[in-house]
Amino acid sequence: MEMGVQLLGYWASPFALRIKWALKLKEIHYENVEEHLPDKSPMLLQYNPVHKKIPVLVHKGKPLAESLVIIEYIDEVWKHNPLLPQDPYQRAKVRFWAKFADEKCVPTMFKAFSKVGAEQEQAAKELRENLKTLESALEGKHFFGGETIGFLDIAVGWIGCWARMNEEVAGVNMIDVEMMPLLSAWFQKFLELPIIKECLPPQDKLLVHTKEFHKMLMAALT
Amino acid sequence: MEDVKLLGAWPSSFSYRVIWVLKLKGVKYEYVEENLFNKSDLLLRYNPIYKKIPVLVHGGKPIAESIVILEYVEETWPQNPLLPKDPYERAVARFWTKFEEHTSPTFFSFFQSVGEEQERAVKEAKELLRIIEEQGLGEKKFFGGEEIGLADIAFGWIAGWLRTMEEAVGVKLMEDDRFPRLQAWIENFKAVPVIKENLPDHNEMLAYFKQRREMFIGSATS
Repeated sequence: MEMGVQLLGYWASPFALRIKWALKLKEIHYENVEEHLPDKSPMLLQYNPVHKKIPVLVHKGKPLAESLVIIEYIDEVWKHNPLLPQDPYQRAKVRFWAKFADEKCVPTMFKAFSKVGAEQEQAAKELRENLKTLESALEGKHFFGGETIGFLDIAVGWIGCWARMNEEVAGVNMIDVEMMPLLSAWFQKFLELPIIKECLPPQDKLLVHTKEFHKMLMAALT
Repeated sequence: MEDVKLLGAWPSSFSYRVIWVLKLKGVKYEYVEENLFNKSDLLLRYNPIYKKIPVLVHGGKPIAESIVILEYVEETWPQNPLLPKDPYERAVARFWTKFEEHTSPTFFSFFQSVGEEQERAVKEAKELLRIIEEQGLGEKKFFGGEEIGLADIAFGWIAGWLRTMEEAVGVKLMEDDRFPRLQAWIENFKAVPVIKENLPDHNEMLAYFKQRREMFIGSATS
């Protein structure tokens, strides 16, 4: 047991998944504390009073929130198997792209999933354009991290899994294989890696969860 | 020594963040003032994704997004560090820096909207300021402790820009004595020599903000 590492997470959360991947890549043993959302435990409210959200990493009794901040912390404390590149300019690039994915891809993906008609079409189009832009960050490499996966791979990898679910449930095209062949190939390769695959939430359970969530969102539209 | 260029714009607080940090670290740079209503080819080439300032160019290599730039500057020129050595303290500083990003939409809304929408923004903005003061700053002199750090730079706009915004809009967010610690922080922050010598002129900024406010009211009510 690595000197008291706990992860407050939720099985269907892509942001908690990022942390699980980081901890796995660093071979850090941790206690997974499952939150039963939407109910929030007193522990969560105590450890993340500002946002009251998971994931929260607790290390030696001290809590941290914000998934990308947590990953940088993990990388600094456990120096083996580095997640971020060493070079400052390369580090700036991966931080830029992780920010781009969170700011541009997440909201449009949600909009494409939660809306209908013209609004949905517009959001899906924007999402595809943003994903196409993200593809350029691969720079022809196997992974965003080069020959092996790194910070950016685990920051954006969840999109491949959730987009597939969202496409099926909401009937919208998100990862267009023709438009973004390299990104599409990367998603497939990344999600097949044993270390990545074994952390994914059970796909059948996630599909049910996604369908229920979608139903709720559609009801809210009327 | 490779040359450093900063593409910025008066009176952008994002631009000033980078100016402050470069000056705090004694980094020589060439400043290029961009006209945001007529963006240069240079800017469009260096930041094709967002087409925004600030952009730092070091040895011909461009970096966009102010916080990404600040982390790059911190790593490249380690003197007068913005971040503490301890990984947990670093993560806390990054958490608050990220929190500042979350607050942008509320303050934009405060500045740009009218009527009910603005009332909502005012309420939300005051709540955010409360969180910043009580949980971010707490009993400390600066977010960074005894000296200014990354989070202080990120919140710097509160010290140099908020008062002017309030004047232009005609609504006070930080009413007298309601935020004593944040008020004290503003005075302490502005007293730091590099900050003091690098703030936009109040009258010029007020005129500019008033003009922008008129424009937003015009489009909101037409």
